Amino acid sequence: MTSRRRAFLWVLVAVLITLIFGFYSINSGQTTAVLAGTVRAATLLVLGAICGMICERSGIVNIGIEGQFLMAAFSAFTVTSLTGSLALGVFAGIATGLVLGWLLAAMAVGLKVDQIIAGTVINIAAVGLTSFFYDRSRSLGVGKYSPIELGSLADIPLIGRVFFSRPLLTYITICLIVLVHIAMFRSVWGMRTRAIGEHPGAADTVGIRVLRLRYFNATLAGGFAGFGGAYLALEAVGAFSRNMSGGRGFLALAVMIFGRRSPFGAYAAALFFGFATALQNQFQLNSTFDIPTQFVGMLPYVVTIVVVALSGLFGSMRDPAALGQTYEKS
Amino acid sequence: MNKKLFRSCVTPVAAVALGLIIGAILIASQGSSPITAYQAMLVGGLRDSDALLRTFQKATPLIFGGLAVAFAFKAGLFNIGGQGQLLIGAVFAAGVGFGLDGLPMVIHLPLALIAGGLAAAIWGGIAGALKATSGAHEVIVTIMLNFVAGNLTDWLSSSPWKDNSGDRIIARTPPIEPSAEIPTWGALPVGFLLAILVAIMCWFVLERTTFGFQVKSVGFNKDAARYSGIRIGVITASTMAISGMLAGFGGAVESLGVDGRFEAGVNVGLGFEGITIALLARANPIAVIPAGLLVGLMQAGASRMQFKADVAPEIIDVIQALILFFVAAPTILRWILRFQNQTDEDLKLGVGWGSK
Repeated sequence: MTSRRRAFLWVLVAVLITLIFGFYSINSGQTTAVLAGTVRAATLLVLGAICGMICERSGIVNIGIEGQFLMAAFSAFTVTSLTGSLALGVFAGIATGLVLGWLLAAMAVGLKVDQIIAGTVINIAAVGLTSFFYDRSRSLGVGKYSPIELGSLADIPLIGRVFFSRPLLTYITICLIVLVHIAMFRSVWGMRTRAIGEHPGAADTVGIRVLRLRYFNATLAGGFAGFGGAYLALEAVGAFSRNMSGGRGFLALAVMIFGRRSPFGAYAAALFFGFATALQNQFQLNSTFDIPTQFVGMLPYVVTIVVVALSGLFGSMRDPAALGQTYEKS
Repeated sequence: MNKKLFRSCVTPVAAVALGLIIGAILIASQGSSPITAYQAMLVGGLRDSDALLRTFQKATPLIFGGLAVAFAFKAGLFNIGGQGQLLIGAVFAAGVGFGLDGLPMVIHLPLALIAGGLAAAIWGGIAGALKATSGAHEVIVTIMLNFVAGNLTDWLSSSPWKDNSGDRIIARTPPIEPSAEIPTWGALPVGFLLAILVAIMCWFVLERTTFGFQVKSVGFNKDAARYSGIRIGVITASTMAISGMLAGFGGAVESLGVDGRFEAGVNVGLGFEGITIALLARANPIAVIPAGLLVGLMQAGASRMQFKADVAPEIIDVIQALILFFVAAPTILRWILRFQNQTDEDLKLGVGWGSK
């Protein structure tokens, strides 16, 4: 990162913080609501982005995150509703994500299906299966995950409400972001993963088993999306409804690109997108502005298009060199 | 039937058969009889002229949606935006359909169709132009445009173009003028004939024109195409515009020939069904017609299947996903059926999100 770019980012952050505190002093209730909504929306997006990142760093495009979210949300909801245990629901969600991640690898790596089509198969199957087995009469039974206040940290004005008084899965997600960041850039696994995404041939030469690691990583990545699905059903909403992922698996891909395929970058991008979503919800609840709700509803999607187009225009990103290509040992 | 044609049919037919077999197992697992269910589906889509009309009506937007995906495939582009393009086409066709009156049918109907197609061409063209200029991947952009189109058409039909007669809360436009209606001849909607005509035109453009050759060159090998002097950006943008127009015609025909107006949220799953159909047809425009008819038949018979066999109509989505899976991974089929099929060409799309 160039120093000019870094300086620009710091200025941006400073302006944002000033603005937030400015708004907070005018209307504390709404500012807190919007920022809390930002973190809530960002959690799902960053989990999807991490899933996409692990796949893409290994050279696999995963467009099936949307379907992984949806199916994981479905199984998490169903298991919790049957057993009355939120934890079992989370495990069911993760397990579903792992299976779907493995399926993606089986198609994209094993059978050498075009990767975008492989992901699309998962998306279409998810919509079909969850609708077919959907049972309108089922409810969660137990309540969704409730906020845990982290002692005196939760009493800090604004920040305490926004970051330190969240339900369990949000805290776990923040730990996971740090963990994956360290693993991706400081561990042997991370180095090997980046190697098979950039130059699988060279990686193979030094003894990395490319196909096996791709299988492993796609499966692991699915687990993150599965955790995201569980978060969606058991913490963010507390129910399951048809097509409840509502395109956020795709938004997660944009978050991943915007966050330059790193977990910290992805979280910053996810907070930005989450902010657009939270703003949209706040506008819809609050009719002080006379903007039709549909235009506010377009906001996150328009932002995504602009971001993807701009990041391409200014050449600020580069895909892993072997992204989307099947690898064959020669 | 010649041997080549026969062999290229093996994979799709086997995929459909396997999809239906696994679907039958799922139906049985829910405690219903698969035979009763499939029988009801066939009767509901084929029995009499009403049933046939339903099948043709369902098949029409599916054929257009399949053509949209197939055409983009030829240039190595993946258009997941069929749904948004359809909505845009449907609302603008309806807008011209109810907004103008006193025109004779020979002017009004084509005008409404063209309005829908053109608006959707612009909608699809945005994704193509962005890809050509900034390298933004069309998959992400078209998906995002689906959501934008959903909101935009919702707003148009609930605010400026809302039907204010009666106290309906539904977001929809007023009915279109009779002079913009696409007629139905007995059990045969003219919109369906239009779909067949457009499919043949797509085949002609792709196989018999210079433009079609350039599109296929870009899809086959981008670098070679560039060196031979084809302007990749222009081809990318115009291919996405044509693809959008095709999906938009599907929406226009739905508004002008089936619903007689635009209603918010019409045909929501179409973009994805178009993918299944295009792949089932192996991106061949002519083969899109039978593939669209097959899925149209399943959709037309779904409500009877639910009524007679108590099977949730969503089973059709599951069967479609299975079919897509087997067509996309012909290796599995080859392994299960133990046949060698050399004529299969696996589809490969563009890779990477932003690098040009």
